[in-house]
Amino acid sequence: MSEEFLKINDLVVEYSSGGQIVQAVNHVDLTVKKGKTLGLVGETGAGKTTIAKTILRILPMPPAKIKQGEIFLDGQDLLKLPEKEMMKVRGNKIAMIFQDPMTALNPTMTVGDQISEVVLQHNDYTKQQAQERTIEMLELVGIASVRYMDYPHQFSGGMKQRVVIAMALACNPELILADEPTTALDVTIQAQVLDMMRELREKFNTSMILITHDLGVVAETCDDVAVIYAGEIVEYGTREHIFRNPQHPYTLGLFGSLPKLDDDSKRLSPIHGLPPDPTNLPDGCKFGPRCPECMKGCGEKNQEMLEIEPGHFVRCCKFTAAQSAKGGQAEEKTASGSPAETKQRGGV
Amino acid sequence: MALLEVEHLKKYFSVGAGTNHAVDDITLSIEKGHTMGAVGESGCGKSTLGRTIIRLLDATDGVVRLDGEDITYAKGKKLRELREKVSIVFQDPYSSLNPRSSVEATIKEPLQESHRYTKAQVQQRTEELMDLVGIEERLRLAYPHEMDGGRRQRVGIARALALNPQFIMCDEPVSALDVSIQAQVLNLLMDLQEQMQLTYMFVTHDLSVVRHISDDICVMYLGQLVETSPSRELFRRPLHPYTKALLSAIPSTDLDHPMQRVQLKGEITSAINPEPGCRFAARCPYACDKCREPQVLEEIEPRHFVSCCRVKEIND
Amino acid sequence: MANAATVTKASSVPKRKKDTQLRQITRRLVKSKTAMLGLIVLVIIVLACVFAPLIAPYDPNYMDYTSLNAGSSLAHIMGCDNLGRDIFSRILYGGRMSLMLGFTVAVVGMVFGVFFGCIVGYYGGQVDNIAMRICDVWMAIPGTLLAIVISSALGSGFGYTVLALSVSGLPGSVRGTRAMALKEREMEYLEAAKAMNCSKMKIMFKHMMPNIIAPTIVGTTGQIGGTMMSAAGLSYIGLGIQPPTAEWGAMCSSAREYLTKYPHEMLWPGFVILLTVLAINLLGDGLRDAMDPRLKD
Repeated sequence: MSEEFLKINDLVVEYSSGGQIVQAVNHVDLTVKKGKTLGLVGETGAGKTTIAKTILRILPMPPAKIKQGEIFLDGQDLLKLPEKEMMKVRGNKIAMIFQDPMTALNPTMTVGDQISEVVLQHNDYTKQQAQERTIEMLELVGIASVRYMDYPHQFSGGMKQRVVIAMALACNPELILADEPTTALDVTIQAQVLDMMRELREKFNTSMILITHDLGVVAETCDDVAVIYAGEIVEYGTREHIFRNPQHPYTLGLFGSLPKLDDDSKRLSPIHGLPPDPTNLPDGCKFGPRCPECMKGCGEKNQEMLEIEPGHFVRCCKFTAAQSAKGGQAEEKTASGSPAETKQRGGV
Repeated sequence: MALLEVEHLKKYFSVGAGTNHAVDDITLSIEKGHTMGAVGESGCGKSTLGRTIIRLLDATDGVVRLDGEDITYAKGKKLRELREKVSIVFQDPYSSLNPRSSVEATIKEPLQESHRYTKAQVQQRTEELMDLVGIEERLRLAYPHEMDGGRRQRVGIARALALNPQFIMCDEPVSALDVSIQAQVLNLLMDLQEQMQLTYMFVTHDLSVVRHISDDICVMYLGQLVETSPSRELFRRPLHPYTKALLSAIPSTDLDHPMQRVQLKGEITSAINPEPGCRFAARCPYACDKCREPQVLEEIEPRHFVSCCRVKEIND
Repeated sequence: MANAATVTKASSVPKRKKDTQLRQITRRLVKSKTAMLGLIVLVIIVLACVFAPLIAPYDPNYMDYTSLNAGSSLAHIMGCDNLGRDIFSRILYGGRMSLMLGFTVAVVGMVFGVFFGCIVGYYGGQVDNIAMRICDVWMAIPGTLLAIVISSALGSGFGYTVLALSVSGLPGSVRGTRAMALKEREMEYLEAAKAMNCSKMKIMFKHMMPNIIAPTIVGTTGQIGGTMMSAAGLSYIGLGIQPPTAEWGAMCSSAREYLTKYPHEMLWPGFVILLTVLAINLLGDGLRDAMDPRLKD
């Protein structure tokens, strides 16, 4: 239906640190459709930010190294572009919003000047035009134009993040990489910023990758969701797939760990153990050692992504086994109730 | 009976531009064995409130009573006794442990500080505590940097439990942790409470966490208490306009029942030299002239207190 | 039974702990190539100075009038100075004085600096304000001038030279540690210590100080070279170590007059000072890293 705007194929990124190899991103495939938002969910160190930085090619190399893979933006492989071309892509086609608005702005420049600098760099505007564009952007994100000459410290956290967003949007990027854009903000401010981002995206038909650890934010803003664990996508599907019918034991674990607002049960069901050491990942399924449903054969070979219903992919042994046993058992496991219910089913 | 009673507690700081009314006239009480959650956004004074209650900061005015005894200005021997009865778990598992103390040394310290135990007793109790919070014996001599955030937080909890306190102030103890680890620590805290009849005050900005762990909740805005109530009641029927907005802003994972969001305009201001009256009025959709006068905390329903002059009109 | 078991366990534990911490630091230090290089060079220099009477071919103050200002030869491997004294022998003997002076002043400076820095940093506020203003006034007097005033008032000799140099260097090291203490003060583990009833003394010196000392070491090692040079300055104007006692800095400064004609008289002691300072700095860097528990093996 919608075209594939960004397509990542088989991306592998490693870091070398103190003589050891950190396997940050392992064979990741991702697709972002035009005008849609992909949520990238995972815990600290899962490789979310590395993926975003790889797309923008701003990874520090060394220590990082892109071992293999392709990143197609609009049919163009970004990893093969010369640096000069890439500079045009950054800002113009792709913009990134960082987590911490407090450090993303230069404290010695007025916010207006900072935005118009970006505008000037990427367009053939005169100073006058750039200034007009800046004021337009500021108003778009809900900041009065009189604040053009204010310095970042005169803004509160939420306002600063708006400035950062205005800066990212100033050049009409076609893809936004938002790395935990609201994590540093308070809930009521987060709600304002998320609503604003949603409006802007609809207005300009921008695609977005939203990196977050907050499942609630994903549920409210994303069209598609990829769950990432130890540098691997373990489950991928539409928002409905992931929230109504989560299948991977890790995704189920995440839901189980979340205190629910409408649930009075006194105990959470957390995932046991700790995320694996990225310099020494387990063989086969990376989640195996923590998995409540781990079975024989999980640790033997790398699991493939399996399409268990149209558009819903899971990387888990239990489906491989089920499928080889009897063709399409997975299809039966469609839309069920809450994650908790599914979990019980999955455990049988 | 209430274990901890706080009456009209105030904590002001003088800052460059005037006086910061970080905690302004807070009254609340916590039953023995219960958990009181204190929620609010950054800068609302919830951490200051916690620290003032347990005497890490000196109160400007007001009374704090523990087990009926006034501890607001406790000094000397009384303060030492108090320090054994109340303890604190900090937010940041990275800065709350001394990087040069091993796990064992960290947990032992409060025991040694109390001068009531022999060396062998200290050792025995340390082992008990490590077992209690689930730290493996092999990590006895590990340093904080060698452990992940969840384990560090467990060490912090063990340290807080060392002297069998009655009351533990939990200052955002799970905010710095990943969801799966956060759930492990929350479960641990709740198990410990059940086993040892502990009373908690749980300071956090995470509303789903506070809903999960608390029996009662108080909501703060810029140093003032705007609403306090049993937690289920608060989530079922928030009465104060700020509480309504706050609860509606939580991103929900439930696709079928998305929250009806109450949009707030503007930003949180500050509690430096505030005007009298409701501090939320500037952002409140229901603000009127009466809001500029000082507000009173009123019991609208049993144990459900709200500080808003229009609460009845709004909720009819 | 059970009690006995815990007792034996308890008594064995502290010993093992101390051991591991020291062993960890040593292990990390040994691993650092630059630190080991520094250590080896320093040990050679120190040993050579300690065993100077055995190694030195001449008495340091023996004047050989036949070889005034002589260059390198088999008889005098580093040549002779303007009075015909063997430079190699003088360097060996002079090192005893120079190294001792440098180390003593650095250690005295560090101990007092950390002590006052901790107190000032811990209390902050008014205490900090007053202490810093005192430091400002102190530092406004040039260090060398202050040292000259002290030594001319008290007299010359090793002890007074150490005192003079330490006093003039103190405000700098207090300021350094105070900055680190202020940073450390924000850490929650200090609040935790307060919450468990630690006295102020304990918080300052048991919790705060160990976390401040490691970074201070590098600053201190950096001062040793400077101290040797200031000591030389004092000797030059007749206030520090009195001639004819050999001392590296003094050797450098007395060779200044002959620099154009006989550069070796200046170069050899200068080279030894350089080598020593470099070795100490390499070792200091390595030591700071080794003492930081946050760094992995």
